[in-house]
Formats: sequence, C-alpha cells, structure tokens
Amino acid sequence: MGSRASIQLQEAELNEIQSETGFSHNQIVRLYSRFTSLDKGAIGCLSREDFLRIPELAINPLGDRIVHAFFTESNNETVNFRQFMRVLARFRPTKSNQNKNKLNTREEKLKFAFRMYDLDGDDKISKDELLSVLHMMVGANISEEQLGSIADRTISEADTDGDNQISFEEFVQAMERVDVEQKMSIRFLH
Amino acid sequence: MDGEFIKLTLNLLCSTVCCVIGLTVVLAAIGKSLGIRKLYTSVLLSIFEFGKSKIERYEKQRYQREPKDSESHDDSDRSDKETTKNGGDPLIQRDIAIDAYQGIRIPSNRADYDLTNLKKEFHMSDIMYFAKCGVETIIEDEVTKCFTAEELRTWNFLTRTTHGHQYVSVRLTVLWCLGCLLRYLLLPFRLVLLSIGLSWLLISTAVIGLLPDISLRRQLNRYASLICHRILCRACSAVVTYHGRENMVKNGICVANHTSPLDVIILSCDNCYSLVGQRHGGFLGLVMKLLARTADHIYFERSEVKDRFIVAKRLKEHVEDKNKLPILIFPEGTCINNTSVMMFKKGSFEVSDDIYPVAIKYDKRFGDAFWNSSKMGMVQHIFDLLTSWALVAEVWYLPPMHRNENESAVDFANRVKKEIARQGGLVDLSWDGQLKRMKVKDSWKTKTQDDFSKILKVD
Repeated sequence: MGSRASIQLQEAELNEIQSETGFSHNQIVRLYSRFTSLDKGAIGCLSREDFLRIPELAINPLGDRIVHAFFTESNNETVNFRQFMRVLARFRPTKSNQNKNKLNTREEKLKFAFRMYDLDGDDKISKDELLSVLHMMVGANISEEQLGSIADRTISEADTDGDNQISFEEFVQAMERVDVEQKMSIRFLH
Repeated sequence: MDGEFIKLTLNLLCSTVCCVIGLTVVLAAIGKSLGIRKLYTSVLLSIFEFGKSKIERYEKQRYQREPKDSESHDDSDRSDKETTKNGGDPLIQRDIAIDAYQGIRIPSNRADYDLTNLKKEFHMSDIMYFAKCGVETIIEDEVTKCFTAEELRTWNFLTRTTHGHQYVSVRLTVLWCLGCLLRYLLLPFRLVLLSIGLSWLLISTAVIGLLPDISLRRQLNRYASLICHRILCRACSAVVTYHGRENMVKNGICVANHTSPLDVIILSCDNCYSLVGQRHGGFLGLVMKLLARTADHIYFERSEVKDRFIVAKRLKEHVEDKNKLPILIFPEGTCINNTSVMMFKKGSFEVSDDIYPVAIKYDKRFGDAFWNSSKMGMVQHIFDLLTSWALVAEVWYLPPMHRNENESAVDFANRVKKEIARQGGLVDLSWDGQLKRMKVKDSWKTKTQDDFSKILKVD
C-alpha cells in the first residue's frame, strides 16, 4: 500500500522526518501519499488552493486560519512535505513519546491555538482579533454587541498585565484547566 | 514443405480463434455461460491470496529490521479490527467532522466531544474543536477520497494499483509476468469482441431505426440491445450477479449509484432502459448518438439551466407513457469510486412518486471500474478495463420505493440513497458529487456556525 509514494520519498529524508516529528515509518508513507494527492500541480509542494480544495476544510469556519498555520511554518508561498509534517506533528498524542521530539508538547499545541487568534502575528491577541475570530466561528447568529461583550469578558479574564491584550503567557494561564493534550490530539490508528 | 506446414498451423490457429470468438458471441447473444469466467475469477482470487501472504511475510521481515516504534506497534493490532465496512483502511479515527447539511458531527461518538444539549460560555479553548477538525480533514477526508481510486487491501498483481510488489519474491515476479502476458494476450481478443459489439450496435440501430414505431420495433430493439450489451460485457470478461430480479423495473424510473458509464452496459444486459444524462463529446458521445436512434433517450447540457425544466417535462411525459422504456438515472450526476454514495439530485424524485432503486457494487480486486473523468478520457478508461483481469460486479434490484405523503423530494431522495448504500455496502454521504469539479459554496459554512452558536450561552 502506498509503495509508489515511498519510492519517491528518499529513505534518508524519511528517517529525518521520523526523528524530527516522531511519526512512524508507515504513517509517514501514508501521509506522503496524501500529500501527493493534494498536490494537484505535482510540484512537490502545496499552495493555499491545494489545501482549500478539500471541501470539508473549505467549509470549516476557521479553515483559512488552519491553512495559514502551515504557511507560517514554511514562511513561504508554498509548503513542502517536511513543513507539512512538522505542522501535523503538533497533533500527535502527547503521552506516547516522552523525550522523542518537541513538536507535540502541550506548549506547542497551545502555540498553534494561540496563533489561530493572532491574525497579525504580533504575538498578542487584541480585542479586534478576538472579535474577528469569533465572527468566523458564529457567523451571523450572534449580534455585534453580544460578541463585543463576549470579547470584553474573555480579555478581561485572561489579561493580567492590564494592556487589554492577551499575550502567549496569559493565554497559557487561561488554558490552565483545559485538557489541551486531549483536545489537540488526533488518534492515529497505525 | 516447411511453408506448407506454417500455413497449415496458421490456418488452424486462425480458425480456432474465429471459432472461439464466434462461440463467445453466440453464447453472449443468448445469454448463456459455460462457467469459464467464474472459474477464471476464482483461480485469480486464490492467486491474489497467495500473493498477499508472500507480501505480508516480506513486510514483516522488513519491519523487524527497522527500529521498533512502541506506539505504532501497539496500534497495529487494533487497526485490523477498526477497518470500515467498505474495506478502506483509515489512518486516523475521526473525532469531529463537519458537513454542509448536518453541521458538526462526532463520528467517533465520544461523549467528551458531544456538543448537543451543551450550553456554555465562550472559552478561548473552543477554537480547538475547529483546529482539530480541520487538521483531521487535512490528513483524511471522505469527499476527496471518493474521487480517487479506492485503496486495495490485497495486491491484485496490477502495477497500476501498487508498484513495487512484483519484486518481493521470485515467485511473485514470475506470476506477475505471466499475468501481464495473459492480460495482453486477451486484449486483442477483447478488442475484437468490443468492435463486434459496436458494429452490431451500429447496424442494428440503423436497421431498426427505419421501422415504424410499432410493438414489433420495440420487441426487436429489446433483443438487439440485449445482444449488443451482452457482447460488450464479454469484452471485459464481466461476471455480473443479479439479485432480486423480480423487482426489476418495467415502467417508471430506476435510479442507481454511478461508478462508470459501464454501469449502463451492465444494467442493459438484463433489461432495456431509456437513458437520462448529460451530453458527452468524443467516443462516449458517439455511442450515445447511436443509442438514440432507436429509443427515447433524454440528453441535456449540464450548463444549461433552461434545459433542466425541459428535461423535467420530458421525463414526466415519458413516465406517463406506458409504452415507453423505463428510465435509468444516475442521480449523483457524476462517477464516484464505488466506496460511497453521494448526494442524489432531487430532480428525478420530483417527477415520479415511485422509484426503483438499484445498487451496483464492483469487486475492485479484479480491476478498478471507477471512471475518473477529470483525469482520464473515455478511451483510456476502456483500455484500462480491457487490460484488467475482469469485471466482477453485483447488482441488486431493490423493491420499489414510494414517496410518503408530505415527504419532500429531497427527503425521498435521501431515503432512497440510504437504501442503496445499505444494500451495496457503501458509505452514505450527504456531500454533493459535483465537488469533483466545483468549489464549495460559502453558504455551506453556516450550518456549522449555527451549530456552534447554539452551544454558546449569550447574555
């Protein structure tokens, strides 16, 4: 299964990805086959359009933000397989590997969530950013004022230094009682 | 002397081949079988099983040489049990999914993800539902999977499905070479059958088309069409099992799931239909034109909205005329890879209150029947079919379904789809098959947003 993919994927690169991300050999081969099927232009990397061609991602209210995470990782207009895997590695379950890699720690998972709110990438969540993300999540179902009060409450609860914004440290504190390891982990079967 | 001998052998060979072809055509025409294809497919199956055991042993050895990954080792036993019913082999267990019509779903039924009846204040961690769902989709999603060839669990000795397995052991290499030889030796034979079938179609439709529209013509057309499709079926060594033939449609609308234009040929071996479909160009268009000479087929342009009303009107008239052939419709509107059934267009369900559902399931081990129309042309698809092992399919004629009072056409369509999915062992999806070509609509986000808003407590 998927042996065609493993031929193109160099054994050396596969081993590097394995040690960097902690994915098993079989998982990498399977994900490479997925990567190539998403890569419609067959150029070895993915564009934003390639991602958003997945219908279920395109209708995800935060689909754009999730895709954006891949391009933050690559810092480029395209995403190669290595970068693709580094982002996916954030969603590996935490418990099964203690010291293998640093990509799926609680902190990395929280960073992923934090960056989804941080639209301008200044490492702070402002009220406007929070409002925009809330807007994406609820659509037209909740009124502007109600969203405003949700945003105000959220910021005042999390903001400890009084700058009316949420820094990553404050975000981590606000998430203290959340089971991040469970909510941000995907169950791999292989 | 030598020349004479070669001539004699050639003559003998030629006449044998002609006899075999002649016999096949005659047998096809009267719909009888000697059981050779059944035997052929069962032999193939045991060869595939042998190959499977070889490959498994090989991969085991390879696996042992690699450093053991404790986590993936734990999971490998479990994955055998958790495979889905359609033989797919999922890489992940989906916890949260969204779709355009049902909004947020929890495929794994995990209680801690269940959002129904939940009422809570917004918390910043809520974003994780969307993040997790989105990344799960990137790893695996059910829609794009439907438009690519289905993965096989057992290698079927075709390099087009999995490349590299033919080098696993000497015995496999030999078997693979023999298989190749056989398939490509069969190819000219199959091509001859194909051309006989097509010429028969060409001639019979021309002749029958000249007759006035009386019952004799309809009777003749029926025989001619059955003969033609049966010959075409033999051309790809089709072994089709029909179940529940007492439910076969006589008048009215028959709907089936769609994998390839081949569906028409398979169903037409057993009954005569009027086809409803979009106009095609190229080879397929030519065949469609030939067919239209003797029966009322309803063709339309996909792009023309105006056509839709005309088609609906013609369908209605057609159904009401008891002298006309039953109508065959593929309400998915596009070819799916035979693992799932996608959204049924409501059009055909508005025309008639009685629908005859048909489920078609191909055995993918003998060759992939799925026509990926965005990737390959019709001729390429036919070539792939003719160089595959065989075409093994099961057809179920389901009891006719009646539209309930107050049931909308959409609900009726979904009920019929569910029934077809259940019988054919296919996954029942509510996604639109047209996603193969077009992008999602922005409005499809709203159901998910509605669902999420509902759980939020707002003061």
